[in-house]
This record gives sequence, C-alpha cells and structure tokens, in this order.
Amino acid sequence: MNGTDENPLDLLPEVLLAGCAVLALLLGCWLPRHRQWLAGALAVTGCAAGLVAAAVAAAGPTGTAFDASYAVDPVTSTGRIVILGGTLLVLLLSLTSPWLRAAPRETEFYVLVLLAAVGAVLLAGAQDLLLLAAGYLLASVPAYALAGFARDGRGTEAALKYYVLGALLGVLLLTGVTVLLAAGHGTGYPALRRELPDAPVGLVITGGLGVLAGVLFKSGGVPAHYWLPDAVQGSLAPVGAFLTTVPKIGALAAGYRLAAGPLADTGRWWPDLVAVVAVASMTLGNLAAFSQRDVRRLLAYSTISQVGYLLLPVAVAGRTALDQRALLFYLAGYAVTNLGAFAVVCALPRARHLADYRGLARERPALAVALVVCLLGLVGTPPTAVFLGKLAVFSAAFDAGYTWLAVVAAANTVASLFYYLRWIAPTVLGTAPPGDEDRDGDGGRVGNGNAGRAGADPLAGGHATGDATFAGGAVLVAYPAAAASVLLGLLGGPVLDLLAGPLAG
Amino acid sequence: MLTVLVLLPTAVAVSLLCLPRGTPRSVHVAWTATAVVELALTATIWLRHPAGGGLSHQERARWLPSVGAGYHVGVDGLSLPLVAMSCVLFLACALYTWRQTDRVREFAVLFLFLQSTSLGLFVALDLILFFLFFDLSLVAMYFVIAGWGHRDAARSALLFFLYTFTGSLALLLGFIGLYLAADPHTFDIVELTRDDPLAGRTTHGALVLLAVGVGLAIKTPTVPFHTWLPPAHTDAPAAGSAVLAGVLLKMGTYGFLRIAMPVMPGAWRGAAVVFVVVGVVSVVYGALVAFAQTDFKRMVAYTSVNHMGYIVLAVGAAGTLGGDGPAGDRARHLAVTGSVFQMVSHGLLTGALFLLCGVLYERGGTHRTAAYSGVAHRAPVFAALTGVAAFASLGLPGFSGFIAEFQILTGSLGPQPVATGLALLGVLLTAALLLRAVRQVFTGPLRLPPTGPGQATTTRSFPDLAWHETASLTPLLALAVVLGLLPRFVLDVIEPASLGVLRLLAR
Repeated sequence: MNGTDENPLDLLPEVLLAGCAVLALLLGCWLPRHRQWLAGALAVTGCAAGLVAAAVAAAGPTGTAFDASYAVDPVTSTGRIVILGGTLLVLLLSLTSPWLRAAPRETEFYVLVLLAAVGAVLLAGAQDLLLLAAGYLLASVPAYALAGFARDGRGTEAALKYYVLGALLGVLLLTGVTVLLAAGHGTGYPALRRELPDAPVGLVITGGLGVLAGVLFKSGGVPAHYWLPDAVQGSLAPVGAFLTTVPKIGALAAGYRLAAGPLADTGRWWPDLVAVVAVASMTLGNLAAFSQRDVRRLLAYSTISQVGYLLLPVAVAGRTALDQRALLFYLAGYAVTNLGAFAVVCALPRARHLADYRGLARERPALAVALVVCLLGLVGTPPTAVFLGKLAVFSAAFDAGYTWLAVVAAANTVASLFYYLRWIAPTVLGTAPPGDEDRDGDGGRVGNGNAGRAGADPLAGGHATGDATFAGGAVLVAYPAAAASVLLGLLGGPVLDLLAGPLAG
Repeated sequence: MLTVLVLLPTAVAVSLLCLPRGTPRSVHVAWTATAVVELALTATIWLRHPAGGGLSHQERARWLPSVGAGYHVGVDGLSLPLVAMSCVLFLACALYTWRQTDRVREFAVLFLFLQSTSLGLFVALDLILFFLFFDLSLVAMYFVIAGWGHRDAARSALLFFLYTFTGSLALLLGFIGLYLAADPHTFDIVELTRDDPLAGRTTHGALVLLAVGVGLAIKTPTVPFHTWLPPAHTDAPAAGSAVLAGVLLKMGTYGFLRIAMPVMPGAWRGAAVVFVVVGVVSVVYGALVAFAQTDFKRMVAYTSVNHMGYIVLAVGAAGTLGGDGPAGDRARHLAVTGSVFQMVSHGLLTGALFLLCGVLYERGGTHRTAAYSGVAHRAPVFAALTGVAAFASLGLPGFSGFIAEFQILTGSLGPQPVATGLALLGVLLTAALLLRAVRQVFTGPLRLPPTGPGQATTTRSFPDLAWHETASLTPLLALAVVLGLLPRFVLDVIEPASLGVLRLLAR
C-alpha cells in the first residue's frame, strides 16, 4: 500500500464535498433557526468548488489514485461534473422550497444531500469492489434519511421501503463482491480483468449478478425499482429530484466500469443479461407510467424507463467504440432534463395531478414552456440533449450488433411519448387555472399536507410570496435546466469529443 | 441565404413571444410580412439557381463532428420547387386566418415555426438535420391540431403524433444503419450519396430501406399506414390541414427522392416492385374510400392518399430498371420529374381545397356534403373557386395536376404497364367523386344546415368569400393554372435533378 499515487489532491472534489458536509453539520449546530440557510449556502459553495476542481481534474491526465482503487478518467470526471451539477441544482431547489426553509432540521437536509452525492461520486470512480461497496453504502444511507425527511406517513413508508430493499440488495452486492474475490483472487479491477476470464464461469456469473443487483438498485432499474415510485411520490419534491438523478449517475457509471473492465472478457452472459434488464426496465417503466395521474409518480416511472435506455451502453460496453461517450452524454442530458422537469414540479407544490396543470400555459407561459421543453426532451425530440444521447446510444447498440435492442428502445420511445403527452396536453391546451382541482381531489394526500403546512406555518410566510400554489424560486432552476437541455443538444459536438477518452487502469 | 430563409420565421416567432402582447392585427401583419419576405427570398434563390442543375446555395458548418453530423443545407431541383410551394402555401394560410381571433399570437407562432421546420427539412443535406426538422414539424403540428381543431381534436392530434413519431423513429433507426455502414461514419447526405455505403450488402441494405421506407411511408402516407390521416385532417383547423396535406405529406415523398433512392440505389432497385404495388394500392384504395365519404373534408383527405400514391408509383417504377434502352430511360425520367411536379401541384391544390373546406365549415358548421345544396346561389365566387380547385385536382388538362399525372402515368406505363393501368382507374374514380361532391354542394335548390332544430334550411347566412379568403385562395389556383399552361419554368429546374437521381439509381 505504499504506492506513489496516494495524493489526496486527486480526490479533491470528493474531499471538498465531504469537508463541506462536516462543516455544514457543525455550522448548523451553532446557527439560529432563521440563519440555517447559511449551511445551505456552504453546501452550494462546496458543490461549486467541487465542480471547479472536477473540471480542472478533467482537463488533467488520466490516472488512478490510492493503489489503483480509484480512477481519474473521463468516466469519473463526467460523473463528478454531472453529479455535482445535479446536486447543485437540487440544493438550489431545496433552498427555494418554502417548506424546507421552515423545517427545523434544515441543515441536516443539506448535509445528507452532500453525503449522498459523495457516495454517488465514489460509485462512479471506484475501481475496486470494496470501494464500490463503500460507495454504495455512502450513497444509500443518507438517501434513506432523505426519503423520510418529511416525517409523515408517506415519507416514512417511502423510507422504509427504500431501506429494506436497499439492505437486501446491499447484501447481494456484498455477496457478489465476495464471490468475485474468490473467483478472481482480488478486488481491484485490473487484477480481476486478468483473472476472471480464466475463473469458473459459474462463480463469475454469480458474483456478477450480485454486483449487478446493487447497481440496479441504485439506478432504479427493473427488477430493483420497486422503491422508486413510492420514494419519489412520498418524499419532498427536491428529494424526488435528487433520488431520480444523482445516484443513478454514479450507479450507471459504476455498471459501465464493471462491464468494460473486470467483466469484459467473461463471455456474452453480461451483455445479454443487461440487455434483457434494459428492455424490462424501459418497457415496464413505460407501461406503468401510462396510467399514472400523479405527476411525481409519472416522473418516477419515466426515470425507470430512462434507465432502460441508459443500460444499453452498459450492455454493449467494450463491444463498440461508441459506448462510453453515449452513456456519459446521455447521463448528462438526462440529468439536466429530468431536474428541469422536477424543478417545474417544485415550483407548483400544490399541483400533484396531471389535471392540476391544466391551463398552465396561460397562467405561467414561461414555466409551461420549460416543462414542455423538458418533457419533449425526455421523449428524445431533437434538438434536446436526450435526443443526442439517444442517437448515440442507439448507434452504440447497432454498432455492437444489438440491432434488436435499438429497435426495442425506439419502440419504447414511441410508447413513452404517449404519457408525456398526457401531461403536455393539459398544460398547453387546457383552460382551467392550475391548482383549482387538487383541493377537492386529494385531501388525504401527503404532499398536499406538506404544501398545506407550508401555508399554515408562520415561518413560511417570510419565504413564500404569499402564493402557496407557486414556489417562485424553483424557476431559477427550471429555466436554466430547460435552456441547458436544448443548448447541450445543439452544442453537443465538443462535449461528445471530451467524453471519449480511454478508461484508467 | 438558406439559413436566413429557414431561421427567419422562427426568429419572428420568438420575437412575437418575447415582445409585449400586440393586437391580433399587428400579429397578423408581422406574420404575413414574414411570409412575403420568405417568398421573396425564395424567388431570389430560384433566380440565382444555376440552370444546369446541381446543388446550389450550399452552406456548411461544423455541428456535431464526433457524431458525423453537420449543418449542411443546399437546394437543387428536387427541393427548390417544394420550398417555393411551401412559401406560397404558408403565405396563403397567413392571409386565410386574417380574421381569426382565437389565440392569434400562439397560432401565428406555431405556423411560423412550422414554416421554419418545413423549409429546413427541404433544404437539409444532413440526415440528422433532416430528422430534427422532421420531428419538430410533428411537434408544431400536434399543437396546431390539438389547440385549434374541432370535435375530437385532442384524440386525433395524439393519433397523428404517435403514428408519425413511430415513423420518425423508424427513420432514425434507418439513418443510424446508414451512418454505421458508411466509412468514415457520416450522416451527410451528399457524402452518403457519393459513397453508396450499402453497395453489395443486401441484407443490411434491405433492413435499412425497410426502416427508412416505413418511416417515410407513414408520413406520405401510403396504404396501409394512412389511418392517422383522415381523423387528423377532419379535426384540424383549415389552415392546419392545408399545411399538413400541402407541405408535411411531401416530406415523406421528398425523403424517397432525396434519401432512399440516391443513397440506397441497390436496395431501392431490389424493392422497387414493392413501392409500385404500394403506390397502386394507395391510388385505388384512396380513391375508393374517398368515394365512400359523406364528409367533404374527409373526402379531400382521402384524395390525398390517392394523389400521393401516384408519386410512390412513379418512384417505384423508376427503380424497376430493365435493359430497355433509351426509351426506358426517358420514361423513368418522365416519371421522376412528374413525381416532383405532382408534389408541387398537389401542395397547391390540396392546400386550396382544405382552405375551401374551412370556408364551408366556418359558414355551415359542418363538413357533411349532404347538408348542403345549391350553395352557388349564395356564394358564387366560393363555388367558382371550389369548382376550379376540384377540376384541377382531378387532373383536367390546363391545370398543373394534369401535367403531373400525365408525366407520372406515361413514365410509369413502360416499366410497369399493369400497375399503371390500374392506377388509371384511380384517376377516373377521383374525377367522379370530386364532381359528385361539387354537384351536391353547389348546384340544385338552396339548402343549408339549419341554424337550430326546426329552423328552415335556407335561413342560415352564407356570405361569399371575404377579401382575405379570396386573396389567399386565388394565387394558389392561379399558380395551378400557370403551372398547367406554362410548366416549363418549373420543369427546367426539376429535370436536371431527376436525371441526377436516375443516374445515381442506376449505379
């Protein structure tokens, strides 16, 4: 363990994030309630500083750190930038959420978000199965707490479901790590890559399945997706935005690294298996989204189907030259577009149902435009970033000989248009003002309780503009995210070039 | 120049959205002025287009070099007539909706955006650019139908969007297939045309052509992919229908000429008979179903299936090469030229017919043919213009439709005599059904849809065309006459390009 690569500066973004988390926690202990936003500001600063550090590191050479257990290469760099950017947007959404600003445990929220983000970054960069397992836990445990942060019935249920499934699949992950250790005599990816092709196939497949289970849980792919709709619907809207975006990025990057590294030469079982999981994910996600009327649930299922597309490059990793940049670009495009859609949801805390969005285009045209851009972006309409991502992903699948997979993904894209349009149509074409119908329709719903509490809480008045149906601060995220989604698509050429470098190790 | 042509309407649309909400009149003025400027720009491009053919006004810019896609636009004899026709039609729509009061600004913005996407598609020389405009035109048209349509508009718009979006994804898969087959990988249509990347790869070529063919066939639409068309047309607002049938449908057939034939000549020749059959079935089936319609607008919609069928027949016949020497070459050249001419002619005429349907609906409140009789008594100008449009559409000599169909049928007769013979049946049927509908609506004793239960059938007011309606319809029909009598100036532009397509096809 006396390698020459034990330079903490290689992990500067991660160190910054973790350091800010600790500092924010300490700060929160001493700050009075009405100044807790300072902790949030510190978190935002940490994220921004981490972004700068990650960008600098991305421009630097490719390499590994800490005895080759951590990679600093395009996958890590992109993962860092997208995760930190996504976390930054989530933090902004939280800082502008009237409910959260009034919450007594405001600081804890920011700290948990930062810690979960560190976990996601570790997942993206881990080049050692043990570090992968550690990243999994670090990304999961704060997320459980976030899911139940509102401490109401729905939130508790969401957190419990999330936790139980996470614990189960975490055990599977650890089992997989153990089995792969037995098969490959090591946990570092370079060593595993040498050893696994000659190891007993049964062991490799068993271990690979276990690791895949962990990846699928963090990315919310079928069959480890059961927690996602409940967690997104039951928790706060910014938490939903976080859970459907940030951990996915880390997990999919980890999946890609596994596929392109240790499992690359172990036979066709991996691509075929992941292909099946991808198809199941996009298809089931779409089918379930068809009948949803709650916008958060709909978005949750939409993210499950998006994971299906994102798993395509993971399936064909190493079998085409187009896989890596396809995955990374899609991840970036997906993150910004999905966060944009969630930002609109955050901006309208009372609008829980599709029908509540009726007439939004007349009431708040700019917000409606942002929503339509993001939803059409999620469909994959050019010239948005997700379109370019889909193009790259389909090309990669084609090029690797998985034409059927690209065809299924295209068919699923058509299917997904249907439920996005179910949201777009009332938004643009309806006439009733938003927020009129939710009051009689969902008296028993948790989210409404949240919004209602924000209205009833005397502290909320100081932050909200008195209009409880509209949290104006969220548009600060919604508009830039929608614009970024289009710009990233239009100007994606140079970005794609940056993503194509070789993996470390 | 082309970039300005494509982006100007969108720029105006954005400024309409960003500037403070003006009066409907000012919006209309801005919209119409933009349409006039676009037409003037197109005229300039037309005049500067070289007589010898080939691509002109090309513009290139690096866009997504790592994906092999670039910004590459240009016009030739295939696209220039369509660009000009689209500009005329969009101007007609702007004039037609001069008195509209329902959300004028949004309507104008969507139409300006639609104009950008349509022109962009016709001048695109890159598959991704083509696809981008293809998809965006769907989005804009979806909102036009869903927002301003009547009756079951939301459902029809959804059907339209889902159906044609399916087509667009099939298209995208085909494009990716082409991209990966090319070496180096590229989406540039000019480079792909030069390289013929699928040469000698029969299976891959057939699959790519299947994907591209299905995508374009849905858009065209040909039987059996036409089922989205009648409901979309029936429920769309008149100007929306005019653009949908006049411009958007051409994207499908234009794609055959621009992409399928020159880039995949081997695969096209192999599958040409399929397209011939599909074309003839569309011609005959479209005419038969149109014959059975009791709704005037639905009938016009089905005649579109029929008219687009001729184009598919012609491009299919052009692909059935035989060792029949120069006579066969001339015939195929005639067929391809006729197919482009038919696109222009059909765009003008069906655009006019749909706008006339809109006039009928606005005054009578229904499209049902049987609800009207003797309308010519009340609205002679309307009756005269509809008569002209109907005669032109059925292919009477002296109108553009005749030139187009004559060329297509003469050109296809040599390579595909049986199919062309069957297609002639479609001409007869179309003539019969259009004449029957015109007779029903305009001649005989006056009978109009009653304004309420128990009301007499003559009490409803049925004013003749207003000036803006006349101003929008007359140029379309006048152009149809000019093209019918003096087609040379358009044919001179088309012919070098269609010769080029055939040369590429014969590789």
